[in-house]
Amino acid sequence: MRGFYSRKIHSLLGVIPLGGFFLEHMLTNFSAVEGGASGFTDSVLWLNSLPLVFFLELFGIWLPLLYHGVYGLYIAYQSKPNLNRFKLERNWRYTLQRVTGVITFIFIVWHVFETRFQVTLGNVKHEELGGLMHNIVTQPLLLTFYIIAIVAASFHFANGLWSFLISWGITVGPRSQRVSSVICLGLFVIVTVMFLVSLVTFRDSEFQTTATALQSLKTFI
Amino acid sequence: MMAETAQAPKNVKFVITRQDDPQSSSYTEEFDLPYRPGMNVISALMEIQRNPVNAKGDNTVPVCWDSNCLEEVCGACSMVINGKPRQACAALIDNLEQPVRIEPMKTFPVVRDLVIDRSRMFNALKRVKAWIPIDGTYDLGPGPRMPEKKRQWAYELSKCMTCGVCLEACPNVNAKTDFIGPAAISQVRLFNAHPTGEMNAEERLEALMDDGGIDGCGNSQNCVAACPKGIPLTTSIAEINKQTTKHMFKRWLGV
Ligand code: HEM
Ligand code: SF4
Ligand code: FES
Repeated sequence: MRGFYSRKIHSLLGVIPLGGFFLEHMLTNFSAVEGGASGFTDSVLWLNSLPLVFFLELFGIWLPLLYHGVYGLYIAYQSKPNLNRFKLERNWRYTLQRVTGVITFIFIVWHVFETRFQVTLGNVKHEELGGLMHNIVTQPLLLTFYIIAIVAASFHFANGLWSFLISWGITVGPRSQRVSSVICLGLFVIVTVMFLVSLVTFRDSEFQTTATALQSLKTFI
Repeated sequence: MMAETAQAPKNVKFVITRQDDPQSSSYTEEFDLPYRPGMNVISALMEIQRNPVNAKGDNTVPVCWDSNCLEEVCGACSMVINGKPRQACAALIDNLEQPVRIEPMKTFPVVRDLVIDRSRMFNALKRVKAWIPIDGTYDLGPGPRMPEKKRQWAYELSKCMTCGVCLEACPNVNAKTDFIGPAAISQVRLFNAHPTGEMNAEERLEALMDDGGIDGCGNSQNCVAACPKGIPLTTSIAEINKQTTKHMFKRWLGV
């Protein structure tokens, strides 16, 4: 009985709120493409001006992420992939859903540590996040890591949505599951491209800052 | 017969995974058998039984296997042939790559050689009450009629022979989980679709909402590709996802 409900919660949290937050994050980043450094800073400041932002973050991001992430690792651990025997498209996606979950987990820990956690520690101000990102993505190794993580997280989100629709009995027959596959594949492409374009934009020199805190962080990284 | 005897004699190579008893570890043994037109994996095993000599020419113990119907309706002869779980009686040698590799379906406890214990399949059917209770102390009269359209798809589900191939194909059925597997979930859909069976629909749904139930599915969808009976297992799983989700909300809201 417990397994059923905990699994339903895991599935729901993947879409609401985590999927929603993921798309919001994509749009915030994209404001760097549309509005440059000042546009990005405006978006970050606007987000942080939301009422009860602490609780929004706590219940909309931190706790759902902790639950979905830790339980997701357990689900991935329980699986026994058999791609060697069944090289089928759906089985590939099943396996990749677990692999990308693990990659996303590692990435999120690192990413939150070097951005949001540094804000909490007071090492970085919200206005300086654009500059911080510039410092990160101008380093080839970290850029590669970010690109892999973006593709992985976008796949995990889009394919997760496909599987969510089945887990809740919304897409039942083979035709609806085929149509939702195509839609989710499209979503995967769009989300990946939008995140990647934003990422590359952060390499632009207009994001460069001379803040000493950032410099020290850069050497630390 | 003429044509067959005229053919040059050729041999078929087999690599069989064997195990002497449930506790001991497995090993492989090779066999070279004379080719006969139309032979299948069961007839090859019968040949080994008749003349238990391995490829090295040593005498050996005949390979044990299970089979009954010999026409792909009982499910007893399921084993892994060239990496794919399937029925040995329907596996024609002409259609197989050689050497033919034969292993037991290790998702189930191995009794000996290719013989496995599929008890969990039948226990699963008991757990989800895959039957229609009609016994009473008096004649209940005729039940409600089933619409023809529904009967047609329900009939497809009723073809399940509890062979276990879908469990062997599922990456979520393994020693780390207690997932009941696709077959029993599809049977719940079958019995919940029956106009009389429907009267006990909630009992079956609740069985699948218990530990090891439907939440174990991870949508790899190997089962539907592997099922020898072409049963739309993933449609059944999604449909039962829908029924259990509805039942969950109904229970919460006290409807
Ligand atoms: C933090 C690391 C994460 C891990 C380890 C993880 C792991 C997993 C795993 C293993 C599954 C497969 C469940 C199944 O199909 O049975 C899954 C499903 C899913 N995940 Fe994640 N995940 C993580 C983060 C995220 C994030 C950030 C999002 C949102 C963008 C997300 C959205 C989803 C969705 C929508 C599903 C589908 C739920 C379903 O099939 O019912 N996950 N996750
Ligand atoms: S659903 Fe198909 S594969 Fe699974 S036990 Fe029944 S007949 Fe075998
Ligand atoms: S012996 Fe019955 S299915 Fe093969």
